[in-house]
Amino acid sequence: MLGYVLRRVTIMIPTLLIISIISFVIIQLPPGDYLTSYAAQLRTMGDIVQQEEIDALRQRYGLGQPVYVQYFKWISGIILRGDWGQSMEWQKPVRDLIWERLALTMVLSGVSILVSWFIAIPIGVYSATHQYSIPDYILSIISFVGVGTPGFMLALVIMYVAMTAFGLNVGGLFSQEYLAAPWSWAKVVDMLKHLWIPVLIIALGSTAGSIRTTRANLLDELNKPYVETARAKGLPEGRLVWKYPVRVALNPFFSTVGWSLANLISGETLVSVVLSLQTIGPMMLRALTSQDMYLAGSFLLLLSTMTVLGTLISDILLAWVDPRIRMEA
Amino acid sequence: MATDQLLLEVKDLKTYFFLDEGTVRAVDGVDMVIRRGQALGVVGESGCGKSVTARSILRIVPRPGRIVQGEITLHRMRESKNGRTVTEAVRLTDLDPMGVEMRSIRGAEIALVPQEPMMSLSPVHTLGNQIIEAIMLHQRVTKAEARERAIHMLDLVGMPRPSRTIDRYPHELSGGMRQRGMIAMALCCHPSLLIADEPTTALDVTTEAQILKLIRGLRQELGMAIMYITHNLGVVAQTTEDVIVMYMGKVVEEADVDSLFHDPKHPYTRALLRSIPRLGQRTRERQRLESIRGSVPDPYALPKGCSFHPRCAQAIRGVCDREEPPYVEVGPAHKVRCVLYR
Repeated sequence: MLGYVLRRVTIMIPTLLIISIISFVIIQLPPGDYLTSYAAQLRTMGDIVQQEEIDALRQRYGLGQPVYVQYFKWISGIILRGDWGQSMEWQKPVRDLIWERLALTMVLSGVSILVSWFIAIPIGVYSATHQYSIPDYILSIISFVGVGTPGFMLALVIMYVAMTAFGLNVGGLFSQEYLAAPWSWAKVVDMLKHLWIPVLIIALGSTAGSIRTTRANLLDELNKPYVETARAKGLPEGRLVWKYPVRVALNPFFSTVGWSLANLISGETLVSVVLSLQTIGPMMLRALTSQDMYLAGSFLLLLSTMTVLGTLISDILLAWVDPRIRMEA
Repeated sequence: MATDQLLLEVKDLKTYFFLDEGTVRAVDGVDMVIRRGQALGVVGESGCGKSVTARSILRIVPRPGRIVQGEITLHRMRESKNGRTVTEAVRLTDLDPMGVEMRSIRGAEIALVPQEPMMSLSPVHTLGNQIIEAIMLHQRVTKAEARERAIHMLDLVGMPRPSRTIDRYPHELSGGMRQRGMIAMALCCHPSLLIADEPTTALDVTTEAQILKLIRGLRQELGMAIMYITHNLGVVAQTTEDVIVMYMGKVVEEADVDSLFHDPKHPYTRALLRSIPRLGQRTRERQRLESIRGSVPDPYALPKGCSFHPRCAQAIRGVCDREEPPYVEVGPAHKVRCVLYR
């Protein structure tokens, strides 16, 4: 098992290297070098552009040098000094902008995944073991509606209802007074109070899908001979279903943790815009539209790294639950 | 072992499957008796109702199948208050299939060795986990004792190095070893009836021979009855004393092994026997191995009268396609369902 993990971690290194190259190429894709557009941007706002400032930045990022030198400077900046470059739009180093948002995004996505599993798995199991019963039909209808409902629309509806019926403003992750406040216990409590609405909205889409996945996978497993073996032993039906077929049917959940993380982050962007949450999604969207390329590139690199890490986590989980995979290591 | 004592009686069992396309009468009026310690072979082509009969006895008929008629009675041995063993008749057909009493019989009194050793063990649990679970379900023992018994049982079924094999996952074992594991699991609670549903069909010939020998030996050692389901008449000749031949959900002939092989009555049984290739038999010039003409009829549209008549060489027009054939006694404990012996 340990050897398996070590091998997987080793494979990750070249993967991450290739990802960083692709991210850098994307940063370099817009025509012109970004300092020209930066200078132009400043000029349109009527600022006097200091040539020394431009030169200093040009020196720092090695602009005008060959692309591979630039890449090397950027990546060594990240690896050696944790310097992710400068955000043009925010006039701040990228690293000062991303970590808090990244943490909030992880909390939101992680809790959403857990909530959606917690709801979806029992419902999916019930639906499969009571196939073609009236509750199964009702649950199927609800989950199809859930799959088809866009999260941002649900967010708008909930905000509207909360505002008109209860006079509540459900947007944001914090109350006004904590918005700019430094982190404290009270701020965490305040966040938890606000968190459940976005969590429910984000979880809804994947919950509905997960119900269908659980149901379909379990239906495949329920007729396998090993289930009959367990039944022929005299096991009670409930214990039998949870110990044997459900265990096998849940494998896809573990194997998709990796990209469901990245999926949730891009999926929650619209919801976060609507609910004005301080997560990665809206900031990345803005960075992309305003061509704030170091910021956007850093997000791209981080999200890709998280996906790679997520895949590693799901592979480890999968090897843990399914001994057949451990064998191949 | 007194073999005249009744163990299981099946009376007029009918198990139907209610599908959208129609009703499949998988088991359509089966009667059989199994005595203590008896080895009974149940023979027939695929789809004749052998396996569904077994699952009806265990009360694990899969949906949308259902027992619609008939009685299954198990004569269960029990220790009475004054310490003597008494037999008590339990009507399995009256029990809730998932209820406590039926579950206490399933796996303990009646055990199943299934057809597919490759698929019949959970891929994500060790062999030991699955055997120990069966032991702890029916016997009051600690986990350590159950493990001890499981290892002992694996040793009994000839599993190499049982104290290590017990912690193996099914994919680490060969087909023969898995089937030995399944047999160990079935035997771990000392059932009085072992239902072996084509236990060697998925195995190669050498392994099949080993497993058959094992089952024969264990039966003598443990004194249990065996219901041996197979489509292989050779296996029946080697392992059982009495045989039931099934066709389209009905018993068409029953006899002891000798009578059945040397004096088969039903045209279907005869055809089955003729379709076995024999080693060393002088073959006449250009003689071909016979097969039964036609194939098993559509289960949704069974032929009227005797369900074998469209394939039968001796069918009498106007009789076999009209009336249900009677079940007649043609010898001591030899019965056949055919108008030819009326």
